[in-house]
Amino acid sequence: MTETKTTILSEHTRSEIDEWLKKYPDDQKQSAVLAALREAQHQNGGYLTTELMDAVADYLGMPDIAVYEVASFYSMFETEPVGRHSISVCTNISCMLMGSDTIVDHLEKKLGIKTGESTADGKFFIKCEEECLAACCGGPMMMIDHKYYENLTPDKVDEILDELD
Amino acid sequence: MSDDQITIEVDGKELPARKGQMLIEVTDAHDIYVPRFCYHNKLTIAANCRMCLVEVEKAPKALPACATPVMDGMKVKTRSRAALDAQKSIMEFLLINHPLDCPICDQGGECELQDLAMGYGRDVSRYQEKKRVVKDKNIGSLIQTDLTRCIHCTRCVRFGEEISGIREMGATGRGENMEIGTYIEKSVVSEMSGNVIDLCPVGALTSKPFRYSARTWELIQRDGIAPHDSVGSNIHIHIKDDKVKRVVPAENESINEVWLSDRDRFSYEAIYSEDRLQAPMVKEEGSWKEVDWETALDRVKNGLKQVVNTHGADQLGALASPSSTLEELYLLQKFIRAIGSNNIDSRLKQADFSDQDSAPAFPWLGKSIAEIESLQSVLLIGSNVRKDQPIVNHRIRKAALKGASVMVVNPVDYDFNYPVAVKRIISPDEMISDVASILKALTENTSANVNEQIKHKLDHVKTSDIHDQIADNLVNSEGAIILLGNLATSHPQFSMLRSLAGEIAKATACSFGYLSEAANSSGSWLAGAIPHRRAGGEKNMATGLNAMDMLQAQLRAFVLLGVEPELDCWDSQLAAQAMNKAEFVVSLTSYKSDAIESYADVMLPVSVFAETSGTYINNEGVVQSFDGVVSPLGEARPAWKVLRVLGNYFDLDGFEYQSSKDVLTETMQKIGNIKGDNLDQWQLPASIEQPQNGLQRITETPMNMIDSICRRANALQQTNDVSDGTIHINKNLAEKNKLNSDDKAKVEQENNSAILKVVIDDRLPDDCVLIQSAHPSQIGLGPSFGPIRLAKG
Repeated sequence: MTETKTTILSEHTRSEIDEWLKKYPDDQKQSAVLAALREAQHQNGGYLTTELMDAVADYLGMPDIAVYEVASFYSMFETEPVGRHSISVCTNISCMLMGSDTIVDHLEKKLGIKTGESTADGKFFIKCEEECLAACCGGPMMMIDHKYYENLTPDKVDEILDELD
Repeated sequence: MSDDQITIEVDGKELPARKGQMLIEVTDAHDIYVPRFCYHNKLTIAANCRMCLVEVEKAPKALPACATPVMDGMKVKTRSRAALDAQKSIMEFLLINHPLDCPICDQGGECELQDLAMGYGRDVSRYQEKKRVVKDKNIGSLIQTDLTRCIHCTRCVRFGEEISGIREMGATGRGENMEIGTYIEKSVVSEMSGNVIDLCPVGALTSKPFRYSARTWELIQRDGIAPHDSVGSNIHIHIKDDKVKRVVPAENESINEVWLSDRDRFSYEAIYSEDRLQAPMVKEEGSWKEVDWETALDRVKNGLKQVVNTHGADQLGALASPSSTLEELYLLQKFIRAIGSNNIDSRLKQADFSDQDSAPAFPWLGKSIAEIESLQSVLLIGSNVRKDQPIVNHRIRKAALKGASVMVVNPVDYDFNYPVAVKRIISPDEMISDVASILKALTENTSANVNEQIKHKLDHVKTSDIHDQIADNLVNSEGAIILLGNLATSHPQFSMLRSLAGEIAKATACSFGYLSEAANSSGSWLAGAIPHRRAGGEKNMATGLNAMDMLQAQLRAFVLLGVEPELDCWDSQLAAQAMNKAEFVVSLTSYKSDAIESYADVMLPVSVFAETSGTYINNEGVVQSFDGVVSPLGEARPAWKVLRVLGNYFDLDGFEYQSSKDVLTETMQKIGNIKGDNLDQWQLPASIEQPQNGLQRITETPMNMIDSICRRANALQQTNDVSDGTIHINKNLAEKNKLNSDDKAKVEQENNSAILKVVIDDRLPDDCVLIQSAHPSQIGLGPSFGPIRLAKG
């Protein structure tokens, strides 16, 4: 049973998790749960499925529900299918003063979706980012797949999106 | 006064306390009330509801009493302005999202939130916004969820982790979106899951079978003893309009603490099953007719007398359910013996009786239930203790979590909710040689003093590292026990297992006990409902036939007490045959079934638990009496009364009892002091056989199939712990026979066969099949254990 469950984690994912496991004592495998979920989410194109979470639970010897708790708690984990490029526009105070609303409007219009939705082709997902992304000096800014893009204008946004495959 | 003792002051009163105790433990011990939701003395401290805030001198803010360790000289005020303000504010927060639907909430009237809202809540809420709503989840047939009402105390989550040992519930999401649940749609499977209903301080988790059937303030609470396992858990029975509405645990620290197994909690539903027999019935020319008690009893008298007069009293046999009360069992054996037969037995699931004369006075646990949690080693032989005796398992679990080594020799790789140090999963045949190997390992590697008489019989026995390890553990533990479970008792060579295990216990000076099967297994031995001893163990008499022999001999008349032989006996086919062949069968039964109707001649309706007064003697020898708390359904009567009147009908002496108390007094006088002693109560085997080759059958009785009551409890029958009517085989055996999951397999035993669906089950050793008993599909087969043949169906 256990074997078949964890096999949906790719060899790469498993070796990454193993790297993280080296940092913790043998009886504290659950310490690697955040890293393991991140790898599993990455392997799956940006979101977690119940099967993947069960696989992580098995791999780390945790109860399934304990992994669901972690995955549903942290906002960087998606537990529903989303587009493969995750776009977060910072709308906190500095960025807002620098015009982040225009950027959000432009994005939504360009992609034809609202914040929190994914495009029908599964390419883009505008994430509802509630926290400051800590790049106030470069506002307005956005993060796409962990990469920061600063001093945005609508034109610059177009350029950036066009370059993504 | 030791160093640990300190003094604190609470509300101006000086109280003694132990260093490191939490404040709430001290106030609870001295009856000073501090409100709380998340704190529970059997669970770890979470301190997340904040309801128990109290004022502590020198602390800048109110502190939670459940998570504040006491310190010498600490001054605490639980009812000061600051404390009450804090408590009232918390209550206001809790009520922000909690719906005010008390009138339609099942918890209403016994709700901790409702009670505290009366004491600490405001009349009007200042909160205008919408309340949060959480979608209900279906988590099975026992527990109703209404999670909008949840206040996130996490008692149910902690229960799963700490008590039931499987984390099934959790808190997913965060902040306002945090929800308690299973995240994915699934049923909770713990055999103790119902306890979260009691733990939940609000109406988020309530009893599904009880739902909307009564308001709690209409209920009358009476005491009782749980009727399904040998623990004898204490229960409260809640009654409305002379009907049992639900069962909840009663606290008894030395037995069930505050817990109750699901089987004991939900079986009451069967009291009102459609199958209940509500009037005496007799069969006349093949058809059943309701009659009055006199007619039915006359018929019983004539029927039994005819057999006895024509064929002799030894053609009469009695089979009694080991869940019957002590009084019933005593009267039944007295009745049967007064007629002149010693053929009485309640060991329905046993096959090997060869050493019964050396057996102990009753199958004693070997320790008290409470003592088990402080043992260092537990060797389980043939036991699925987690499902069969959930409360004992909880004690073993406590020991295991404290570091005890639990070792298992089982024919099925059962799931334990604690770490198992050593596991031997082997065929029933190999269990004998394996236990012998442990004994041999003792002689080879330890200083244990193994009986010389058995030593030389072990020459051909081989040992391995695992046996050495088990032997080592037993020798080196301060406090170890060897327990024989239900599967050991029903093993075809039970006497061999008993003697080998007993010799191991003797050599290692560890305790030796039996996890007996039913509520009154102990009582049935002590009351003399066995063929070879009278009440109190008196032996000087002719030994009657045991349960198996009675069936094999196909006696001409049977008296059945709470038994459905084709479901309850070791060899269902043999039992069904014997019943059908018998000339006269009288069934004292609470339920009717097609099978009973086909073979019985008279059915006498008897009370189930809660309807009769009586006594159970539990696994540790504790005698617990209870009253009848509701009237028997219809014309049903307590079985002890029926047996007493039967005695009168037969003009037998000594059946002039006024109440069940009289019966109990007489029984207890015969029994005398109950002293558990299992040591040296076995016969040494002549030789130790090598395991046989070939396919073997293993039979287990799932926890909710154990007696006629459980089998008719609706909600329990919808859980996983029931017989599925299939045949379980492992992957290797499936490949060998070219069988796949869900295929039909032809299963043959002796001259019988059945077509059963295949389930691939890798908990099984090679060359074994597992069949679950008490399912109609396997009645036609044969013995619970032994050779079996398998083919594609």
